[in-house]
Amino acid sequence: MLALSIRALTKTYKNGVHALRGVDLDVEEGDFFALLGPNGAGKTTLIGIITSLVNKTSGSASVFGFDIDKQLERAKSCIGIVPQELNFNQFESPMTIVVNQAGFYGIERTEARARAERYLKQLQLWDKRNNAARGLSGGMKRRLMIARALMHEPRLLILDEPTAGVDIEIRRTMWDFLRDINARGTTIILTTHYLEEAESLCRNIAIIDKGGIIERDRMSNLLRRLNTQTFVLNTRQPLAVVPPVTGFEARLVDDHTFEADIDKEQNLNDLFRQLSGQGIEIVSMRNKVNRLEEIFIRLVESGATPKAAAAAAAVIAAGEARG
Amino acid sequence: MDSPVRAQPSAEMSLGHVRWIGFATIVIREYGRIVRIWGQTLVPSAVTATLYFIIFGSLIGRRVGPMAGFDYRQFIAPGLIMMSIITNSYGNVVSSFFGAKFGKHIEELLVSPLPTSIIVGGYALGGVIRGMMVGLVVTAVSLFFARLPVMHFFAIIAAALLTSSVFSLAGLINAIFARSFDQMNFIPVFVLTPLTYLGGVFYSVSMLPEWAQRLSFANPILHMVNAFRFGFLGASDVHVFGAFGLMLLLTVLLFGIAVQLLNRGTGIRD
Repeated sequence: MLALSIRALTKTYKNGVHALRGVDLDVEEGDFFALLGPNGAGKTTLIGIITSLVNKTSGSASVFGFDIDKQLERAKSCIGIVPQELNFNQFESPMTIVVNQAGFYGIERTEARARAERYLKQLQLWDKRNNAARGLSGGMKRRLMIARALMHEPRLLILDEPTAGVDIEIRRTMWDFLRDINARGTTIILTTHYLEEAESLCRNIAIIDKGGIIERDRMSNLLRRLNTQTFVLNTRQPLAVVPPVTGFEARLVDDHTFEADIDKEQNLNDLFRQLSGQGIEIVSMRNKVNRLEEIFIRLVESGATPKAAAAAAAVIAAGEARG
Repeated sequence: MDSPVRAQPSAEMSLGHVRWIGFATIVIREYGRIVRIWGQTLVPSAVTATLYFIIFGSLIGRRVGPMAGFDYRQFIAPGLIMMSIITNSYGNVVSSFFGAKFGKHIEELLVSPLPTSIIVGGYALGGVIRGMMVGLVVTAVSLFFARLPVMHFFAIIAAALLTSSVFSLAGLINAIFARSFDQMNFIPVFVLTPLTYLGGVFYSVSMLPEWAQRLSFANPILHMVNAFRFGFLGASDVHVFGAFGLMLLLTVLLFGIAVQLLNRGTGIRD
């Protein structure tokens, strides 16, 4: 079953900005789906329309088969949303915020309090349950919004940059938490600027730019399409010039560092063999940029038109259908 | 973070059940807000009413003499109670809803499955509750200064409930359109206060010249105050049934407008 199905969705704001230009998108039930795009690409508008915070101009969307035009209440019952900006009453306590939110979804207060205890404990907010929310740290406020979104145990959880401004340790524990939620049956759509986050968590991905989907594929397929990766290598000995390595493009960065481009057909063993033959010891190595980041930048900079992308997506979909 | 409990697919709850619990939650939240900031919500009207009774009732009132056949303090008491009901019902919803818009937590309700009629009803009932609570407080204050007979108990209750409903809904519509705190305060200061003072709280319209009387009858607050006064004193400057009809009509009309505005997303959705 499709958790989310969007067809020909458009949005033109009053100031004339075309935020969405005929978006088609399907997300399967149970998926952990990344929706990526540069600032102003249309991600938040798309999520806003699904959650009825933004009026669409045309097109259709359904959530678990419930059309947002005809069965809006049913559709909204299936969705939990963690928005980009803080949107809870800062003067209320976390307990009040999550219990009230459950009430807005028809959950009685006794049950709501039990769920509040469960989720506030899981998200390490239980000790702060009676404090005013404005006194929480940035990471705690983000986790409070996740707890709030889970109170009615939604089938589809939409996270709009949930880890923005959260330190690395908390971010990783949030990843584990979200993986578990997804493993237990909740479909998750994630937008993020941390491409490492999307690569680590998501199985499928769509890239949106200038109001259109320019790429839609499995994460693994997308990463395989990366033809060249650039590695940064650190040497033990100082280097005066870039080491001569046949078949590889290499550049000196500083006296202990050089970069090498490795094509999909090449392998690192060849490179290391040549370096060892010259007595050069490599002490560490890393990708110059995150792999997904590299693809993302290429796709967005190539200015792929939504139409071309739609055609490409159709080819990909046909390939998937064939198995 | 501990391993989460399985997130179950949302159970198929009846929409009626969801609406009822949602409505009750909005009302409980509004009530909680009124009680939490009682120093701002309940106390000021009691202080203002006390000052009115001291200045207009005891000091100036002695020189005014009877009004429409009643002691002046008796005459103004229902009007002062009604004035506090009007300003508090209006003020409660306009500040609560605008605060929710400003702080963006109105989105908690907008993303929920609750229909706009429930959201409007919940906020309006919050305003009615504040109006009734303040009305009771000011009534208690009035009893220190004037003996208040009760001629028609149900007229008192009906006039208070309908008036607070009208002004709660009007406050909500004000908050829907308001884009700044200035716009939030414009109607209360430049429309509501003059209409209230000219609505027969401190005088009987029969004292006015003919043209001013006719003009006064166009002021809905005059009808509300008089219907309420009729409940206490059994006397009114207006046709009482007509006043109740007007209040009912305004309640239905403003409710419909507020629901339509929220459905269209006015002031809350792009």
